Amino acid sequence: MTTPVKPSVAVRLADVCRYFGEVKAVDHVTLDIYDGEFFSLLGPSGSGKTTCLRLIAGFEQPTSGSIQLYGQEVASVPPYERDVNTVFQDYALFPHMTVGQNVAYGLMVKKVPKAERERRVREMLDMVRLPGMENRKPSQLSGGQRQRVALARALVNQPRVLLLDEPLGALDLKLRQQMQIELKAIQERIGITFIFVTHDQEEALTMSDRLAVFNHGKIEQVGTPADLYERPATGFVAGFVGTTNLVSGDVAYRLTGSPEMFSIRPEKIRLCPPDTPITDDLHGVGGTVRDAIYLGMHTRYLVETDAGCDLIVVQQNLESSSADIHATRGSRVKLLWQKASARHLTETN
Amino acid sequence: MKPSNPTGHASLGLKIAVGLVLLFLHFPLLIILLYAFTTEEASFQFPPPGLTTQWIGELVNRTDFWNALSLSLSVAAVATLLAIVLGTLLAAAIYRGKFFGREALTLLVVLPIALPGIVTGISLRSAISLVDLDFTFWTIVIGHTTFCIVTVYNNVIARLRRTAHSQIEASMDLGASTFQTFRYVVLPNIATALLAGGMLAFALSFDEVIVTTFTAGQQQTLPIWILSQLTRPRDRPVTNVAALFVILATFIPILIAYRFTRETSE
Repeated sequence: MTTPVKPSVAVRLADVCRYFGEVKAVDHVTLDIYDGEFFSLLGPSGSGKTTCLRLIAGFEQPTSGSIQLYGQEVASVPPYERDVNTVFQDYALFPHMTVGQNVAYGLMVKKVPKAERERRVREMLDMVRLPGMENRKPSQLSGGQRQRVALARALVNQPRVLLLDEPLGALDLKLRQQMQIELKAIQERIGITFIFVTHDQEEALTMSDRLAVFNHGKIEQVGTPADLYERPATGFVAGFVGTTNLVSGDVAYRLTGSPEMFSIRPEKIRLCPPDTPITDDLHGVGGTVRDAIYLGMHTRYLVETDAGCDLIVVQQNLESSSADIHATRGSRVKLLWQKASARHLTETN
Repeated sequence: MKPSNPTGHASLGLKIAVGLVLLFLHFPLLIILLYAFTTEEASFQFPPPGLTTQWIGELVNRTDFWNALSLSLSVAAVATLLAIVLGTLLAAAIYRGKFFGREALTLLVVLPIALPGIVTGISLRSAISLVDLDFTFWTIVIGHTTFCIVTVYNNVIARLRRTAHSQIEASMDLGASTFQTFRYVVLPNIATALLAGGMLAFALSFDEVIVTTFTAGQQQTLPIWILSQLTRPRDRPVTNVAALFVILATFIPILIAYRFTRETSE
């Protein structure tokens, strides 16, 4: 209530629902996205993240609830009257137009004079590093180049919010990582709000200022990447954002003295010799190494614990070689972790 | 798949068979072509006793021929235009719409071309006399439009289905109104389909006999004029010349339509 500097809200979803018949694609979603933020909607396919984006763009109308852009109610405003632009998953470039005409489209329909149109198209193509490509046809471009044209076509209209619907989904890994960096740089340069839909948790973590994790049409948690990774609120978030060990019930009781479900990240567990003492600030359990996978930078162990569960443990390869690691299979170990590293969670489906 | 012939050449037997089929298909056309230039006017003598171009001149001076031709052309033009507008609207409605009876509606659109022309003809005739309409240019146009819509509709809906819907969304997203989206995105995408559908519609209308018989009254379109010429054996070479006109008028648009659809499907 009394926060001194409150960033202005770019997009506000208030109790928004979108049902398709029986299917609750978006189910009572409430969310504030701030001005200038790189915000990701993360979730598995069918979790409602794309529908949410389409609601903001205006391609869908909410069954109930309110959608505001900079304080203005837009739930029933058509897409062409909203100050947002979209980069589509399939790019949706117009195949019968040149790259220049594609980028100029938004300016053309708004009757911006030709000279200014050409100047702004040139600037945009420079920014997405496709200078002089005006006269190519989309069919003559590679996937990465089409992606950039789609970006330029959206940004040339100087929207207040840019919506991106899994824009990197069709690119190969190398190009994808390069575009992630570029997108982020462009966003920081022009300073507008980006709302980015993805199912790739790594992508969401690297690019976003904040993100919302979607599951079954509902938001599970909203926060910074570190919030979500270090302090997941639900089992779903813990499992979807990064890898984790989820322990509950009797096993949890044996490990921590409480049956409450908790999550412990594989890299927070230390693999120690079997006789290592357990100090007050630690949880610990004995176990047998069932499998060890050498991954170069680190090794992933599967340990069968005496408490009756398997735990995944990741250790940096400080001095071990792959030969040593294979020798650990079947050996007795003790697993230790800081009590504070275990996150207690509420149970969700 | 069967292994293909490595040389890419058909066997001699196949070549002969293809030749015979083509001859069977086109022999009657060759007869018309030949006897449009014969000097013997009443009977089919083979070989023709002599060749002449006088029948072309004679046809040019026949006002009944010109009346029939101009009626056919204007009916085909107007019916095609109506079909383009109505067929496109129908395709646009059915393409995205999810409503009760959508499949039934699709069937209803295609029915006029699937039904025998005689049924379409007799029902139109009944309808026209029921509402007490005189047989005019417009009754023929109405009759022809019923089956012309189908060719346009089929072409346009096939093209729309191949056009990514996200293009339309992108256009709206970039600030284009519904009309602008149609003008700048939808129309260029379906233009060649419209042209192909329109030309097929034109060709269908131009040589239509059955439905026309029921809707024309005393008016003569070109096909009906040709039919009526059969009762005048001495006019046969002139009729043959007229038939050549029809072949050309029908063949050229079909050829162009074929080229357009082929180019864009590649």
